Amino acid sequence: MNWTIAIFQTVLFVALAPLLAGFLKFCKCRLQNRRSPSFSQPYRDLLKLTRKQPVISQDASWLFCVAPYIIFTMMILAATVIPLIAVDMPTSESADVIVLVGFFAFARFFLALAGLDIGTAFGGMGSSREMTISSLAEPAMLMAVFTITMTASNTDLSGAIHHILNEGATLHPSFVFALFALILVAVAETGRIPVDNPTTHLELTMIHEAMILEYSGRHLALIEWASQLKLMLYGVLIANLFFPWGIAQSFTIGALSFALVALVLKLIVLSVFLALAETVVAKMRLFRVQEYLGFAYLLGLLGMLSHIILESTR
Amino acid sequence: MILTLAYGAILLSLASACFALLQTRFTAMVFLLLGLSGALAIAAGIGELLDQTVLVDNLKLGLPWQTWKIRFDGLSAFFFLIIGIAVFAVSFYAPHYTHNEQKNPASFAVLSLFTGLFIAGMMLVLLADDAFMFMIAWELMSVASYFLVAFQHENSANRRAAFLYLLMAEVGALLIILAFGVVASFADGFTFDALRASQISTTWMSIAFVLALMGFGMKAGLVPIHVWLPEAHPVAPSHISALMSGVMLKVALYGLIRFCFDLLPEVHWQWGVVLLIVGTVSALSGILYAMMQQNLKRLLAYSSVENIGIIVMVLGLSMIFLANNHKELAALGLLAALFHAFNHALFKNLLFLGAGMIHHQTHELNIDMLGGLIKRMPKTSVIFLIGCMSISSLPLFNGFVSEWLAFQTALQVGVLDNGVLRSLIPVSAAALALTAALAAACFVKVFGLIFLGVPRSRHAEKAQEIKSFGMLAAPAMLAGLCFFFGIFPSVMLDFLGGVTNHILDAALPQTSVLTPLWLAPVSMQQASYSPLLILVSVLITALILFFVLHGKGATKARIAPTWDCGFGALSPRMQYTSSAFTMPLRRIFATVFLIDEKVEKTMRENTKLNVADVRYSLHIQDHSWVHVYQPIERGVNRVAKQVGRIQTGNIRTYIGYSLATLILLLWVVSL
Repeated sequence: MNWTIAIFQTVLFVALAPLLAGFLKFCKCRLQNRRSPSFSQPYRDLLKLTRKQPVISQDASWLFCVAPYIIFTMMILAATVIPLIAVDMPTSESADVIVLVGFFAFARFFLALAGLDIGTAFGGMGSSREMTISSLAEPAMLMAVFTITMTASNTDLSGAIHHILNEGATLHPSFVFALFALILVAVAETGRIPVDNPTTHLELTMIHEAMILEYSGRHLALIEWASQLKLMLYGVLIANLFFPWGIAQSFTIGALSFALVALVLKLIVLSVFLALAETVVAKMRLFRVQEYLGFAYLLGLLGMLSHIILESTR
Repeated sequence: MILTLAYGAILLSLASACFALLQTRFTAMVFLLLGLSGALAIAAGIGELLDQTVLVDNLKLGLPWQTWKIRFDGLSAFFFLIIGIAVFAVSFYAPHYTHNEQKNPASFAVLSLFTGLFIAGMMLVLLADDAFMFMIAWELMSVASYFLVAFQHENSANRRAAFLYLLMAEVGALLIILAFGVVASFADGFTFDALRASQISTTWMSIAFVLALMGFGMKAGLVPIHVWLPEAHPVAPSHISALMSGVMLKVALYGLIRFCFDLLPEVHWQWGVVLLIVGTVSALSGILYAMMQQNLKRLLAYSSVENIGIIVMVLGLSMIFLANNHKELAALGLLAALFHAFNHALFKNLLFLGAGMIHHQTHELNIDMLGGLIKRMPKTSVIFLIGCMSISSLPLFNGFVSEWLAFQTALQVGVLDNGVLRSLIPVSAAALALTAALAAACFVKVFGLIFLGVPRSRHAEKAQEIKSFGMLAAPAMLAGLCFFFGIFPSVMLDFLGGVTNHILDAALPQTSVLTPLWLAPVSMQQASYSPLLILVSVLITALILFFVLHGKGATKARIAPTWDCGFGALSPRMQYTSSAFTMPLRRIFATVFLIDEKVEKTMRENTKLNVADVRYSLHIQDHSWVHVYQPIERGVNRVAKQVGRIQTGNIRTYIGYSLATLILLLWVVSL
């Protein structure tokens, strides 16, 4: 039973990811006075891509073809770890939040290698920038997450969520810092404005798109889907770690469906905020990103220190 | 029985050295003896780790009143195992790798003689139970390895590197002798048992700790006394650099652990803070410098500095917990540090052997001259990829497990009372996260530029797969071990639990679970990791994906030229190079490096815009050269000049000096 729900939750995660991307696009279009494509457009795009014949560069090696599968697999594994609608899944015990960061690192490692594989300037550029940004984002993310896990003295996400639920709605100053740090990191890691622009193909600004420029067909579909999934993973992580209320603590139909409704509402709020931010803020120069991520790290550090100084019982 | 195996391992490596001196045609015998020595060392190590009883012996060697005391316990056995695995792998690798040297019997004899002595020296260090024997074995190890670094002495840069290495090794040895001396002056004798029982004051203990840290740190490569590493590793033959980086640095760590955790009667948290800071600085600057290197072996040497830094940092954590009476957490820290030492030995050995393979096939170690080897050397590339993934601490590989354990140890900081410590440790944990992320970036660069893309030189284009079985089998075995210990870390962690139990006299937390399926260092409720479950789910997911997308209806991919933006003719020179790849990080961390970047443009016909030719040069220097070494060097020279003044060259003055000394001594004696 538990395993069925765990698998169902993962499938739900993977299935809903394009919808979130579609909704985000809808919000952005409306904010920018444009007409939006329907919510199902990302699904249609993915379907179209899987049907098309992939074209592979003659300089590419086996790694180029294997990488999309590895990236997508790692994202699915990450989806098994993050509680979506219920906590205490049997799958979430197999990995804690540090392993989760490890899954992202694994996917990124292969994405960056795939960018270098075809031997073009674009691929190398994307890989170099991606590895630079992520190596600055990773410590900031861990710092933010450690603040939560130290409060809960638990690096399992389920355990941390339990702790917050049991404690009730008390305001921790450290959580506020950690929340902002994690949001900044999430924006950088999922390649959104102001760090990267998912809709651009301009060489001065491209990061993620530069790496996947040579992909086509089903390979591209997997990578696109993986990045939609990554966006959703970060969204759910923020939503359920900082605002866990509503998540199912028992596996009854009622609790689960209530959790689903709560989750949808949380994600709607988050995506409206993200769309708003993307509309208001301009993309920044590549060499401003370290200041941005340095700020995120500083917030994480402040969160940690305020936890240690203000909140811990000793 | 186990001790006999250990002696056997040492005797066999000495036998291999002696056999090489005979200069017979049967060079294979040299490596056979070496391989047997490695196998015996593995057997002795595993035997002792299973048994966990302390074995002592007294060899009637050395001076009549100072016989060699031998002691073989869990800690020695663990490092013995590391040496054994490395030597075993090298014995398969070296026969083909050194086939050029084998044509010249004299030079081959030199290489094999010192290899044998070097290995025997390292093994003896681990067996030593008194300071005398320890130092003799330590010097055997250092001096033998000096000759190995200086092996290709035709090149003056190599001689310089070897001299630097010898200098640092001897200064380090001097500091270790002083550290032993300080403790021994409060004890009765030089045996380790006497040192353990010494009645030493806290101040002197701290002095001994600092001396030992500097002495062993010099060998292990802690910043800022690491400079010999990036000089010496690239010039030695690759299988020797593998032994030096993979194993000898671990022997230095063994010395540090033995001295601080075992010989000194107690530890202080301030020392732990010193180790934590030194380790963090080494880890971060090691990986940042590694990133900037173009020479593969120099890069790997700097990456060793990083990994040693991580290990020392976790040792510092362990020491802090130990001094605060959280023995079970101290045991956890020591466990994480030892496991990382083991993992680093595996993957660094693998990567150095891999570097040797690349050099053997392409005669090139400059990353910017390689590329596209994945198609030309497919087997090597898979092996090397596993090494890169392990060192980047990606899940499912061994490097991840030890870093995960290190994070778990750091996150237990809540139990400490001291507020400064409680805020310092999370910061160093974040530095560890930054190090790990930078390491991943660094090894993306290494693998991406060497194996992927299009060849950047003719050597790389003409490269062929390695034909020799042994040369592939050795790194393949190490790669297999990296994966095995990534999935089943509990095999080694079980052994290490016994070792930490013995050294610290403390077990892991009672609720900790270290089974083949689950890893939960503190308790199942707090954090758990199950590599096996993750592997199974990866395989299932990947298979489903593959069958869905690659099933019957799937269209076959079309192979086409790379898109060239419509400008035509992509050339390999358009690819990102090492310095291009690391440019963003070089700019962000500009203060960490001493960067000398020059762009020279020649203009056509005295115009300002029409560029005929551009020359770009980039030179990156280590801060510690300019700010630590050169001042010391200048100081020594200045002092030498002052001392030189009393040497007039006049014999009567010298007779006067002798007379004055004699009178002084007589006066001292008469007091």
